[in-house]
Amino acid sequence: MKANVIVTLKKEVSDPQGFAVQQALGSMEYKGVQNVRVGKFFEVKLDGMTREQAEAQLHEMAEKILSNPVVEDYRFEIVEA
Amino acid sequence: MKFGVVVFPGSNCDTDCFHALTECAGQQAVYLWHKEGSIADDVDAVVLPGGFSYGDYLRVGAIARFSPIMQAVAEFARQGKPVIGICNGFQVLCEAHLLPGVLIRNRSLKFICKDVYLKVARYAAPFTDFEQSVLKVPIAHGEGNYFIDPDGLKRLQDKDQIAFRYCDAQGNVTEAANPNGSVNSIAGIVNEAGNVLGMMPHPERCAEDALGNRDGLKILISIARTKLAAIL
Repeated sequence: MKANVIVTLKKEVSDPQGFAVQQALGSMEYKGVQNVRVGKFFEVKLDGMTREQAEAQLHEMAEKILSNPVVEDYRFEIVEA
Repeated sequence: MKFGVVVFPGSNCDTDCFHALTECAGQQAVYLWHKEGSIADDVDAVVLPGGFSYGDYLRVGAIARFSPIMQAVAEFARQGKPVIGICNGFQVLCEAHLLPGVLIRNRSLKFICKDVYLKVARYAAPFTDFEQSVLKVPIAHGEGNYFIDPDGLKRLQDKDQIAFRYCDAQGNVTEAANPNGSVNSIAGIVNEAGNVLGMMPHPERCAEDALGNRDGLKILISIARTKLAAIL
């Protein structure tokens, strides 16, 4: 089983890294870019469990270590059975 | 007093801390390796030094939190004994939920290495049992931007948990004197019980005349004095 986990900064937390990328895009003449937020992407391979167990474990992993809930949100998707 | 200085893979201020505690503050110190699951009974205080534990992978301090020594440090803190986290140590304490909030990328995106002034916002044992109101202490970090939500900030203020705030040489807390964008210019906080301190500036780098500044020694001596006070 494979899951994609995406971690992003919460909306209310400023993202200087995203702002730097946004400015670079602006200077490259991508004038339509309104906002850029930088996050993290994890590909997690899991075996020997049901889909429900995998989902429960992914929530736990994301809350304990993959993200810091004080400043980050996460979401995940199981992409391969 | 005997200090335990934690060594993670990637710690790089551990020997500086050891030196400042023993040679400058005249105390005893031992190293605590990250794989150790317990802390000897004769250790009175624990220091989490600066550096880049576990390469700062994932998030600063995130992996160190799960090392065996951190389980022991959490228990040590629960017993009310003093724990000080400096720079990366502060980041680890936040990730370990021994302190509230988190340290994120500096507002400027720059790694900042310079002397800053700190306004002492809380005078209390074990960490700030002295009278000087403005300290000059160096910072050296890329992720020192302290973040906490408005409710959390209010709790810190109500419970007098803010230990140090960035200020100018005269002690004025201004946005211009805030080097990294920290909420409320926070440079250091304590937990509710007051026995765990996290601070981004490096007191161990300004603890002797040879370095032209001894302001950091005040904090180290303050911790040592706590034990003395308990004995007397």
